[in-house]
Amino acid sequence: MLILGIETSCDETAAAVVEDGRRIRSDVIASQIAVHSPYGGVVPELASRKHVEAILPVIAQALDEAGITGRELDAVAVTQGPGLVGALLVGLSAAKALAYALDRPLVAVNHLEGHMHAAFLEREPLAEPFVCLVVSGGHTALYRVDPDGESHLLGSTRDDAAGEAFDKVAKLLDLGYPGGVVIDRLAAQGNPQAITFPKAYLDQSSLEFSFSGLKTAVANFVRRFGVPSICGGTGSYCLEDLAASFQEAVVEVLVSKTVKAANFCGVSDVAAVGGVAANSRLRQRLHEEAVYHRFDLHLPPLRFCTDNAVMIAAAAHTVWRRSGFCRNLLELDAFSRWF
Amino acid sequence: MYTLKLTSPNESCSLKLGAKIGEQVEAGDVLALWGELGSGKTLFARGIARGMRVPPQVPITSPTFTIINEYEGRLRLYHLDLYRLTTLDELETLPWREVIFGAGVAVIEWPDRMGGLLPDKRWDITFEFLDDDRRSITLAAHGGREQARLARLARELTEITQL
Repeated sequence: MLILGIETSCDETAAAVVEDGRRIRSDVIASQIAVHSPYGGVVPELASRKHVEAILPVIAQALDEAGITGRELDAVAVTQGPGLVGALLVGLSAAKALAYALDRPLVAVNHLEGHMHAAFLEREPLAEPFVCLVVSGGHTALYRVDPDGESHLLGSTRDDAAGEAFDKVAKLLDLGYPGGVVIDRLAAQGNPQAITFPKAYLDQSSLEFSFSGLKTAVANFVRRFGVPSICGGTGSYCLEDLAASFQEAVVEVLVSKTVKAANFCGVSDVAAVGGVAANSRLRQRLHEEAVYHRFDLHLPPLRFCTDNAVMIAAAAHTVWRRSGFCRNLLELDAFSRWF
Repeated sequence: MYTLKLTSPNESCSLKLGAKIGEQVEAGDVLALWGELGSGKTLFARGIARGMRVPPQVPITSPTFTIINEYEGRLRLYHLDLYRLTTLDELETLPWREVIFGAGVAVIEWPDRMGGLLPDKRWDITFEFLDDDRRSITLAAHGGREQARLARLARELTEITQL
């Protein structure tokens, strides 16, 4: 079963062909050509017209790299939401037109369900429920995911997403964009215990997140002491320590709540997906906790943490098995929010 | 222009100030929130939403990523964050006209990104750090009717900061 996946929910224009929900036949992302970073894109290119320019060449390239023509596809899959409606509509319109012209079914995919599939590419899906941390620039949430792909929200952020906190703190420190990558790199050289930043656990049983207070704490720090220079420079604090301390505050909350969710749900498998799942400290800490608490950890390869169309085509296989194809394909609308 | 300068001692007070504004907003109002990262704009917008009776179980999250979040209260609330916009051109890809000139209420963070497209008839709410917790919140109303409305609210808002 060959499915073409199309993803335009935010900054990336992407198309991919995946066979039987697992085997990657092609994988094309428009902005990747210019910038090779796991977080993708130097400037958040949110203009839908960029998607309009890129979408047809990207689809053509995805088919070409898979070595197939449109006629050989069994279905077309597309991200329906959540995301920027103007951006989503470009992919949705292209997918509708293609499915209609080829007389193939259309599968509407939830972007977050797509991310969850990034942890299980090129392998058998799990037969048991698992807990999934979805953590990116726009989302920070924990889900219990059933084997049929149905997901149940356990808790999400009350204010800022974790990736947003990374980007904004990078901005406060004049580190540029994408902030997550720069902070990750600096933090590797710093002492995470150097500065105590607030870790918002909220109440003990809560599986919700809050990162706004941490962002403000870094803003307060910078107002008081200025942006520190890199280690070896003048001043009592160094940039690496600040980056490491901030990152630790984010990562510790993400990890502890994920472990709590796994215990709460009684699962033995845990996944972490989304752009921030590329963070090296988060991956390391999750691995440590997986060993300690004896759960199996599933992380996507770095390149599939950020938005891509492979995950959409892979998820479409699950969606199709669970709920079939979309019946009135021409009436399908985009959703800015889903859950 | 009518200006009211307040000092909020903490987040809880800022939320209450926002809620008081939210109780008073009318269809078509545009509220521009000015201030640096971490100065309390999104928090204040959450207060406005609660004052507009957006149900408490609906989280009012940062719109930085989504650019526009919509909520249903006693009026429709559009919460915009233009932080990620780099050019006016990009604004044209968003339904900003229906948001600003429609029957809802628009709360706009990083309004500087709109340049000259920001409507003249609006409320400017400016946030400044005084220390870790305290914020200076300055409200300025533009347009004759808006000035009178803010003047009528001044005493209640000031009282909230003195509780």
